[in-house]
Amino acid sequence: MQTRQPLIQSSNGSAELSNEEIARYSRHLIMPEVALDGQKKLKQARVLTVGAGGLGSPLALYLAAAGVGTLGIVDFDVVDESNLQRQIIHGTSDVGRPKMESARDRIADINPNVHVEAYEDALTSENALDVFKDFDVIVDGTDNFPTRYLVNDACVLLGKPNVYGSIFRFEGQASVFYAKEGPCYRCLYPEPPPPGLVPSCAEGGVLGILPGAIGTIQATETAKLILGIGEPLIGRLLLYDALGMRFREMKLRKDPSCPVCGENPTVTELIDYQEFCGVPQAQAWAATDEVPEITVNELKEKLDNGGEISVLDVREPYEYEVANIGAKLIPLGELPERLAELDKDDTFAVHCRTGGRSANAVKILQNAGFQDVYNVKGGITAWSEEIDPSVPKY
Amino acid sequence: MPKVRIPTPLRQYTGGSSEVQVSGDTAGETLGNLAEEYPDLRQHLYTSDGRLRSFVNVYKGDEDIRYLDGSETEVSENDELSIIPSIAGGSAGRRCR
Repeated sequence: MQTRQPLIQSSNGSAELSNEEIARYSRHLIMPEVALDGQKKLKQARVLTVGAGGLGSPLALYLAAAGVGTLGIVDFDVVDESNLQRQIIHGTSDVGRPKMESARDRIADINPNVHVEAYEDALTSENALDVFKDFDVIVDGTDNFPTRYLVNDACVLLGKPNVYGSIFRFEGQASVFYAKEGPCYRCLYPEPPPPGLVPSCAEGGVLGILPGAIGTIQATETAKLILGIGEPLIGRLLLYDALGMRFREMKLRKDPSCPVCGENPTVTELIDYQEFCGVPQAQAWAATDEVPEITVNELKEKLDNGGEISVLDVREPYEYEVANIGAKLIPLGELPERLAELDKDDTFAVHCRTGGRSANAVKILQNAGFQDVYNVKGGITAWSEEIDPSVPKY
Repeated sequence: MPKVRIPTPLRQYTGGSSEVQVSGDTAGETLGNLAEEYPDLRQHLYTSDGRLRSFVNVYKGDEDIRYLDGSETEVSENDELSIIPSIAGGSAGRRCR
């Protein structure tokens, strides 16, 4: 029932199934597309997921359930409360634990036949080739551009398929980048966006359920590659619009001038991806671009001592509803048009959630002639942590 | 007029619209008119020297215009252009975490 060359060519004898496993995988074994031979391929397969978060969670859960013999997981992060809305491999009791450990325990419970290989260090140009080389499929469930380019380039250099998924708010993308047969990630996006131009989940939010859909698609593609069945998303970009509940597909072409997988590659070894994505530059600009700051402790003191200081909140109304400290609210996007509501001679402490947007607001106020404006360092989050824990953190 | 589909990250610059009808005979013209109508979109579509940003892909139907005629790709009444930006999900890194 194979429609293409399976990644695992033939059982090597190490993947014999016990009676327990046969009972467990019964629903696979009775399908000709999987059958005993396919299940043995799954057992022999070694799949690495870069990230055990929103995308990595459903992926690891389903591949473990399906009987992938070895699951490698790269994740150095610790489980945080705000992860639980979508990173379903982790539970409330795992908050504070390394994601690796939490994932390993959950996988052991779902399917004790799965061997988990843990990589708790960050993936870097120094270690990526070594980490990847003994795996059959790499799944990209990462949360930042430098790592995506690193994963892509390492996969091209090693000849491994890179099962790609990404999400934002209510939209997702999925594809299989396999340079031997089609385009790689760089063929689609030769250059990363400058840092700060594309919002992340932490800034833009994401429907928790969304990575479930994309991660499961990635798991499906991984299984298909291993088994050599169906048509994988090689050369196809799947676009998922959760709000409209529509799937669209774009054709992806291999770019003959791609620097990594093209006809004349110029990237023949892993590079500095932070630099490629402009991260150090952005950090340097941020450092020189600093605005006057006030800590939440200093602000509290000033307010308590009847100091002449007004507090301005530049978040969105729906955030104000979640948590506020009673400040005047002018969302950042509206600030330029509503400056007349503020007295130029007043002293202002400007806050947002963590201090990023409010820094921009301070610059807007300074450019409009406000002399005495300060950015509240750490935003309302710091206020909740250090001054008043009854203010919800979100 | 051809339709342009706006991806989620850019809808804040088009007043929330996911689809906009913009006139134009070529992809380049249509996108240029789009940026005229929604000036906040410009920096997300174009570099400072007026080139289309390479992390923003534009498709006519399901084909990347890079592999058609680029900005000169002809666009008719019933055609649909889609803007497909790069997304990565996850962490913000330094800013606003």
